[in-house]
Amino acid sequence: MKQHLNTLFVTTQGAYLAKDGEAVAVRVDSETKLRFPAHTLDGVICFGQVSMSPALMAHLAEKDVCVSFLSESGRFLARVQGPTHGNVLLRRRQYRAADDPATSADIARMTLAGKLHNCRAALRRSARDHPDRPEAEKLSIAADALGHQLKRLPMTNGLEGLRGLEGEAAAGYFGAFAAMLLRGEPELGFTGRNRRPPLDPVNCLLSFLYTLLVHDVRSALESVGLDPQVGFLHRDRPGRPSLALDLMEEFRPVLADRLALTLLNRGMLDPKDFRTAVSGAVSLTDKARKTVITAWQERKRNEVEHPFLREKMAAGLLPFAQALLLARFLRGDLDAYPPYLWR
Amino acid sequence: MLVLVSYDVSTIDPKGPGRLRRMAKLCQNWGQRVQNSVFECLVDPAQWTALRAKLLDCIDPEHDSLRFYFLGANWQRRVEHAGAKKPIDQEGNLIV
Repeated sequence: MKQHLNTLFVTTQGAYLAKDGEAVAVRVDSETKLRFPAHTLDGVICFGQVSMSPALMAHLAEKDVCVSFLSESGRFLARVQGPTHGNVLLRRRQYRAADDPATSADIARMTLAGKLHNCRAALRRSARDHPDRPEAEKLSIAADALGHQLKRLPMTNGLEGLRGLEGEAAAGYFGAFAAMLLRGEPELGFTGRNRRPPLDPVNCLLSFLYTLLVHDVRSALESVGLDPQVGFLHRDRPGRPSLALDLMEEFRPVLADRLALTLLNRGMLDPKDFRTAVSGAVSLTDKARKTVITAWQERKRNEVEHPFLREKMAAGLLPFAQALLLARFLRGDLDAYPPYLWR
Repeated sequence: MLVLVSYDVSTIDPKGPGRLRRMAKLCQNWGQRVQNSVFECLVDPAQWTALRAKLLDCIDPEHDSLRFYFLGANWQRRVEHAGAKKPIDQEGNLIV
């Protein structure tokens, strides 16, 4: 089994990353701030004005370290990928499965089952933790609606039908999301999901965490040899990591939404941690971004038991485990793709 | 697992300084320099086998000494630092 390795986040503006032997050197104003051996890294994420030497890019690509460049506010810009590697036979299987509407629908149905189940678990958990709040009932109702949609899932045929069901479920889930926010500050309210750009702090935080998640899911897919751009539920579009978005669905409530709620409900973030631009776009301040990244890294180090593999692993390895299971299904070693079900 | 590598390379020997430089480079590629000739290397057993072979290849057993301390996977409880030049936690949060 793969080890959970560290991710290097570079948020200092004007930093330059260079290859120093087999290590990554982070230089700011020609002073080496950090020198770190590359073999303990899993990913490098650069925010804003951060540059990197081509030699380091090549070295990291060769070592299977996933490099992503994000804007200062955390919007995904680009990533560095070396020559295509991994198993051709597996990738061909993946393409064939994606071309076959029935197989695509089967995989999409399973990832959606994971998503709906995990969303329901998140709502139920909040309802259970705070049963005396007036919103608890609202959460239970939304959770029951998700349960109902979960039952309809096996009967839904075709990708269009599944997308419709997903939209319905997402609307119900985000409709109840505000009831999971405990502090009730008007600035940190939530009225609905919006993005590109996010227009309120909660949406900003969710978008940022989803960007971090997509980086991890994508590198997990690459490391088992799947093509992150060819998806089943999400259709191909140039530049879109469709398969990463598919696989991410089941992790959104578990890894991202839950962490956003923790950060807000424990008061680790408050309205001062967000900036609003003239356009209405909301972004995190530098300090807040570090708080979020730290919490994210700590969340990934938590030990969880994988319900299907029955193995204890760091939460950060869950996307990798799921990518592995998907590869096994595509190879024909499993009868169906088992999504990650949160308990 | 964490392995502490420390070495003493004889510089009286004319070929000594070259070996010293090579050793330092090798260790820096695999680990973090915590003191002048002391390195903490975070490696898995396979990587350790490779690194160990390279280190042993580098020294001159007649003049130099090389020591490895195996601190295992739960090394956090076994290491304490006092004073200046606090090293970075290689498994902790890496935000620059």
